[in-house]
Amino acid sequence: MEWEVVIGLETHTQLKTNTKIFSGASTTYGAEPNTQACEVSIALPGVLPVLNKQAVECAIQFGLAIDADIAPRSVFARKNYFYPDLPKGYQISQYELPVVGKGKLTIQVPAGKHNDAYEKTIHITRAHLEEDAGKSVHGAVEGMSGIDLNRAGTPLLEIVTEPDMRSAAEAVAYAKKLHELVQWIGICDGNMQEGSFRCDVNVSVRPKGTEKLGTRREIKNLNSFKFMQQAIEYETQWQIDTLEDGGKIQQATVLFNPDTGETRAMRSKEEANDYRYFPDPDLLPLIVTEEDKARVKATMPELPEAMKARFEADYGLSAYDAAALTASRDMADYFVAAVQSGAEAKPAANWVMGTLSAKLNAEEKAIADSPVSAQQLAQLLKRIQDNTISNNAAKQVFEALWLAEGEVDEIIASKGLKQESDSGAIEAIIDGVLAANPAMVEEFKAGKEKAFNALVGQAMKASKGKANPAQVNEILKKKLT
Amino acid sequence: MINSSLINSSLTQLSQMLASKQISSVEMTQSFLVRIQQYNPTINAYIALDEEKTMAQAAAADARIAAGNAEPLTGIPFAQKDIFCAKGWKTTCGSKMLANFVAPYDAHVISQFDAAGAVNLGKTNMDEFAMGSSNETSYFGGVKNPWDFDRVPGGSSGGSAAAVAARLCAAATGTDTGGSIRQPASLCGFTGLKPTYGLVSRYGMIAFASSLDQAGPMAKSAEDCALMMNVMAGFDARDSTSLDRPKEDYTRGLNALSGDQPLKGLRIGLPKEYFAEGLDANVAKVVQDAIAEYRKLGAETVDISLPNSQLSIPVYYVLAPAEASSNLSRYDGVRYGHRAAEYDDLMDMYMKSRAEGFGAEVKRRILIGTYVLSAGYYDAYYLKAQQIRRLIAQDFTEAFKQCDIIMGPTAPSTAFKAGEKADDPVAMYLQDVYTIATNLAGLPGMSIPAGFATNSGDKALPVGLQIIGNYFDEARMLDVAHAYQLTTDWHTQMPAGLE
Repeated sequence: MEWEVVIGLETHTQLKTNTKIFSGASTTYGAEPNTQACEVSIALPGVLPVLNKQAVECAIQFGLAIDADIAPRSVFARKNYFYPDLPKGYQISQYELPVVGKGKLTIQVPAGKHNDAYEKTIHITRAHLEEDAGKSVHGAVEGMSGIDLNRAGTPLLEIVTEPDMRSAAEAVAYAKKLHELVQWIGICDGNMQEGSFRCDVNVSVRPKGTEKLGTRREIKNLNSFKFMQQAIEYETQWQIDTLEDGGKIQQATVLFNPDTGETRAMRSKEEANDYRYFPDPDLLPLIVTEEDKARVKATMPELPEAMKARFEADYGLSAYDAAALTASRDMADYFVAAVQSGAEAKPAANWVMGTLSAKLNAEEKAIADSPVSAQQLAQLLKRIQDNTISNNAAKQVFEALWLAEGEVDEIIASKGLKQESDSGAIEAIIDGVLAANPAMVEEFKAGKEKAFNALVGQAMKASKGKANPAQVNEILKKKLT
Repeated sequence: MINSSLINSSLTQLSQMLASKQISSVEMTQSFLVRIQQYNPTINAYIALDEEKTMAQAAAADARIAAGNAEPLTGIPFAQKDIFCAKGWKTTCGSKMLANFVAPYDAHVISQFDAAGAVNLGKTNMDEFAMGSSNETSYFGGVKNPWDFDRVPGGSSGGSAAAVAARLCAAATGTDTGGSIRQPASLCGFTGLKPTYGLVSRYGMIAFASSLDQAGPMAKSAEDCALMMNVMAGFDARDSTSLDRPKEDYTRGLNALSGDQPLKGLRIGLPKEYFAEGLDANVAKVVQDAIAEYRKLGAETVDISLPNSQLSIPVYYVLAPAEASSNLSRYDGVRYGHRAAEYDDLMDMYMKSRAEGFGAEVKRRILIGTYVLSAGYYDAYYLKAQQIRRLIAQDFTEAFKQCDIIMGPTAPSTAFKAGEKADDPVAMYLQDVYTIATNLAGLPGMSIPAGFATNSGDKALPVGLQIIGNYFDEARMLDVAHAYQLTTDWHTQMPAGLE
């Protein structure tokens, strides 16, 4: 039987606010345990929550970015359960009425073994505001567990998709796109190591062509795209194997072990808590007016989709190139800066996506930290454009720029890379080549096109690569006909 | 200077005594502390005293008076219900769970009194987590009703009530979730006001049922309550349900009352449901006499109906426990409060700590609350109760189209004997039958002394008249109460034997 995997994601996005969602305590990561736990964070008797407006603005920004319905009235609810890192014995979240409703996100799925690259629209069910819990620290004190409440009350936006994804590649493409988007609009620092962006992935399988969803298992707390890919692939195969062996899937929460590459059930949903959600009487309903939305919208950067359309229209870039350049805000900013410094759009796009990206990847550097600035790249492209250097020479200049050996023109001069465009000098070189290779000339005259290329190659070699290839072509053609 | 003129003085009189240097705050405070030492071992109104802190505040108040920047309550000693966190004070909420909890911060109410220069005499006894109507659920023992030591003072603000009635403070604070200021005011014969929900910040006030809890003054007279309201009421950004509205002077109308019929034109609504079966006949008589007095003062009475009244108690006993079950989850033995001495694992620690730390009534309400919020029961209980809550509020909205103010009994009976209802939760819950609806509606309610009722062979016991106003109508309610107190002397009566 052929199987189909069905995947939905729940992503906890830590919002980039200065203070916690319901108190004035700082949200800075990495402080000494419990130094950022105020009386509200530790849930002393009598304390009350006050909603952080900055967190609400982040939620509105996200809603606007995914073209979602933003609820004019949403409600905070208490999710009740006991755990040592949950100081109040309940988490303040949103349940029946979330702040962000249905929206959508278009993803680019890269080419794989069995498919070309394609676009797909993923539907977002909802996004709601909630507070994070603290952390249990095991083993800090001999034989005891400690509680660090610095993180308790950190604002989160939980973003939930429809079960729209059909492969690990789609799920990862969605997660990457979302990861870029929340950083693009500046609501999340995207730091996955510090837990700023954590994904829970719901996976089920069903016979291909059927409608009914299979029983799902939820892979909790994935904090890297690589692990997500591995976990989904393992989980999918496990579910298929289980069903093919005649077994049944139990709804469960599972954890991924990066060391073994396996997923394992943590607890079955049958033992799940009854969270006894009810509206939090300490907080008023959250009201978002049209004016609020307009005010937030005015502060937002141009969104990737809009920028992509603009790149296509203004610069004549292909949809693929425009999408690739707008995959991250830093890359888009770099490209725009290069064009604004005088580079032509198409070659700039090719260089940013090609040579520059390859080098950044190889050196594990972010584009924001690129040693070659957008202005330098623009200057380099100008020198190709005005025939000062060849494409090949440009690559050498790029390497030198990367190593901070100087500015573009200095490097061209010091390395002697300026190409030969004096037609008299090129003619002399070609005459020499023709005289030295009579056999090739004969072959060409006998109709072998390849011989022409060989002669061009000889001429370039004789010029030590400095001759302008277009001129070599032109003069050679004239002489042979 | 322990004399009846001091202990029976109004807040205004005490303030004048301080201003004219007739007495210092240190002396005045000392006088009350002496009375507390004398009577508290019997009455058990206070559960935390800290003479050093109290006297330091009194000395600071004297300095402030000397410097000429005293406010109306500067230097006057008050009792604070032990539900308010007060920095450096043991704050127990009447529970073993918090028996050793020392608050590291001040509740809004406490800081308001501090800023006004008032002196904190101590923390008063109360039903555990404010759950009770007799003060018998306190981990620190019951409180004696100063009018008859065999009887309860009411609850949950029983300690504050006894402290006011026995003149162990100039006045006190209380909180009222279903009647916890008004019912004790009725049973102990003084004036108590539960303000409109949201008028007094709940920050630092230990939560019982967040959507119902409201702090208010407990004092000898309406005038005293008005002065305390000036200090207690006001917007506080730390409480999201605090109402951002301009400050009021609640004393502004008190001196404007004049002539034989100062209340001419006032329409008093009398809900028929508040005078029906279940009301003690002697209490009914006192309440009717008080209403007759109001007619003499120029008011007219209108018969009204609050048709959903009978649903108040069932609705309350769904909603309040639901909120309480969640509010009390933080008492888990992890960070502060009682933790069992021995346990096997985390779950065992939770269970033992909470089993040992909470009393029976608190556990009962946590169980009820957990039940009504559970999957499968939520719609039938919690959601239904919320719907009826709106109908109950709607009843009042309709009623206030026909009248300016509503009057009736505060409690169905006078103070009952300790132990009498302790084993019958429903009989205890019925103590609040006339007070709960105002909490559900968020309306302000008051109880003022209206006379005494004597059942055969018993001592004369105080009876309260309840005054319910429309939203933010506290100033008018205080005027109406004050007009009555100008022509009657029930509110000046003091229990025998405590002079």
